[in-house]
Amino acid sequence: MKPKLSLLDEELVTQIIDEACQLLIKPGVKVQNEEARQLLAEAGAEVDEENLVVRIPEKIVRAALETVPREFKLYDYEGSPKVQYGGDAVQFDPGSSGILVLLPETLEHKTAESEDLIRVIKVADALPQYDAQSTAVVCHDVPKDLHDLYRLYLVMLYSNKPIVTGAFTNKTVHRMIDMLAIFAGGRDELRNKPRAVFDVCPSPPLIWSNFGAGQLIALARAGIPAEIVSMPLAGAASPVTLLGSVTQHAAECLSGIVIHQLAQTGSPIVWGGAPAIFDMRKGGTPFGAIETAMIDSSYAQVGKSLGLPTHAYLGATESKVLDTQAGLESGMGALVGALSGINMISGSGMLDSLLCQSPEKLVTDAEGIAMAKRMIDGMKVHTDTLATGFYEGVNFKGGDFLKQKITMKLFREEQYMPGKVIDRDSMRGWRESGSMDTFTRAKLRVKEILASYARPELDSTHEADLHAFVLDLAHQAGLTELPKLEDAMPV
Amino acid sequence: MSEELEALFKDMAQSIIDGDSDISVELAKKSIEMNIPPLDAITKGFVVGVNYIGDQFGAGEAFLPELVMAGEAMKAAVATLEPELIKLGEARETMGRVVLATVEGDIHEIGKTLVGTMLSASGFEVTDLGVDQPADKIIGKAIEIDASLIGMSALLTTTMVRQREVIEEMDKEGLRPKIKVMVGGAPITRDWATKIKADGYSEDAVGAVKLAKELVGKADA
Repeated sequence: MKPKLSLLDEELVTQIIDEACQLLIKPGVKVQNEEARQLLAEAGAEVDEENLVVRIPEKIVRAALETVPREFKLYDYEGSPKVQYGGDAVQFDPGSSGILVLLPETLEHKTAESEDLIRVIKVADALPQYDAQSTAVVCHDVPKDLHDLYRLYLVMLYSNKPIVTGAFTNKTVHRMIDMLAIFAGGRDELRNKPRAVFDVCPSPPLIWSNFGAGQLIALARAGIPAEIVSMPLAGAASPVTLLGSVTQHAAECLSGIVIHQLAQTGSPIVWGGAPAIFDMRKGGTPFGAIETAMIDSSYAQVGKSLGLPTHAYLGATESKVLDTQAGLESGMGALVGALSGINMISGSGMLDSLLCQSPEKLVTDAEGIAMAKRMIDGMKVHTDTLATGFYEGVNFKGGDFLKQKITMKLFREEQYMPGKVIDRDSMRGWRESGSMDTFTRAKLRVKEILASYARPELDSTHEADLHAFVLDLAHQAGLTELPKLEDAMPV
Repeated sequence: MSEELEALFKDMAQSIIDGDSDISVELAKKSIEMNIPPLDAITKGFVVGVNYIGDQFGAGEAFLPELVMAGEAMKAAVATLEPELIKLGEARETMGRVVLATVEGDIHEIGKTLVGTMLSASGFEVTDLGVDQPADKIIGKAIEIDASLIGMSALLTTTMVRQREVIEEMDKEGLRPKIKVMVGGAPITRDWATKIKADGYSEDAVGAVKLAKELVGKADA
């Protein structure tokens, strides 16, 4: 029996989709990309060229939903399928595009550079709880023109896991696809076995910017999976009601899917997002708020009702340090996401509303993820009788069950064995091993991981070609050479 | 050592690591048929497995069920070899006799039973009195079997004081230092053990074996 969280009944799901379709007609969607408007007009949508507003009839929406793939996979460097989009598969990746990293010794939130991203990649590479890498922080030691693709470059050098990424301009998305194609052995090969999914963001409320719509079109035509990251901000950039925001999310995703499928039918796309409630005291976007998680769970349920692959931003916190708030918000987020059956849950490692990444938080969050994954594994019936078969030879003594063969056989399946970040020691044992709190244990764990890290074995031609490709782009951006990388400077 | 013998010893160690009593007993019988000295089977075969699991447990790589099952498989193998040892008149050198008990008023025994299993597996002769044992019972049994070691467990802060009573009683009767005392249980600390003048304490069952060996002067065994 697998547990499942459903915050909406069927009637509400139907009403959300119905009202989302109404929104696509009134007020319509603002589409700031000319090619997208043209595609929509050709399909029969009513385009107001003066105000850039497009009204999309429901039948166009329904047609697009018919051609979207129900599932697809992401592959690792070797070409093995590792991430399943679609159905109730639950997977996690670190939160992405932070601009800061937490320095564990000083607690400074430092502007991120190459060495910081490399640390994050190494930690995410070592932890099985992360099914994919993300391009987790922007490296400020390279020029702005390289910001998006340089992150991808480092991930490709330091990990062989699948990648959740995204481009920052309509031009660089093509360069990033080129980079992935170098490792895949060509664009066709990449299309057959995509290693990465690209996040694409509409702008709330109901706007597809020139950039956002341009990404949808480029990715659809390249056959590289796109992941819509719709960001309603309940009470500011979307209705204050959670259900109103879920409906706006649906309208933004549906219109995105229409543009995407019109550019290339059958291209893979994900029903995803990074919504939040609007904090009415500080004006912030609390990703650790329970209502944020409720919006995520609900829109995922809507996406699933349409048979689409899903994504959400959960497991992050507003806290600035690795403290109790960080733990409770991240853990609850991971659990809600897992129980909602969301295919890719991004956000781990993130402090301060997705601004600051922390490898120490990544190792801690990994424990919450493992617990959430255990939870959705559910109650399992391992034996013919639930209990009566266990009592033979039991002599009313406390340790009797510890001596049963079946205990040894099943304990690892029944119990998740937490890593060293989780303390279950006696008071005495805890004191004797240094009276460490979670953050101190996490710092040690990160050091251990970094010390034992080994770079994946990459084909030397691939690596040289990728390096030459990125170096050429660096030259165009006015950089004479790429930053020196400590343990891996490809020739 | 012949390859066949080497392989057998390796299988014996593995049967303990796997916690499989059926196989450890089968291998013990096989070694008797092959006329392998039973002491060799124990020390070069089975004990290697017990030590391995103990080390793994200490390193956090193995867990309690594996430790217990290894102990059980070891006990079963030794029991199979025992008649042969007696027949040959070369009974396994005992590490010493131990009386184990949970103190009066306390009924917790999972940890203590585990210590018993591990001590037996390591060559101690263990008499486990069980739970809720008053001082005179524990001391009486130790005298009766000529024990060299008493191990006392307490899980509650309210019953740990009973450990001190047993030690005071032993001192009164002049039984120490001939009989050494080790204490354990969740609330027990090194400070407490020192305060009540126990000879030692251990955090877990693997540590208890090491401690017991030290206390009987066989730390290298």
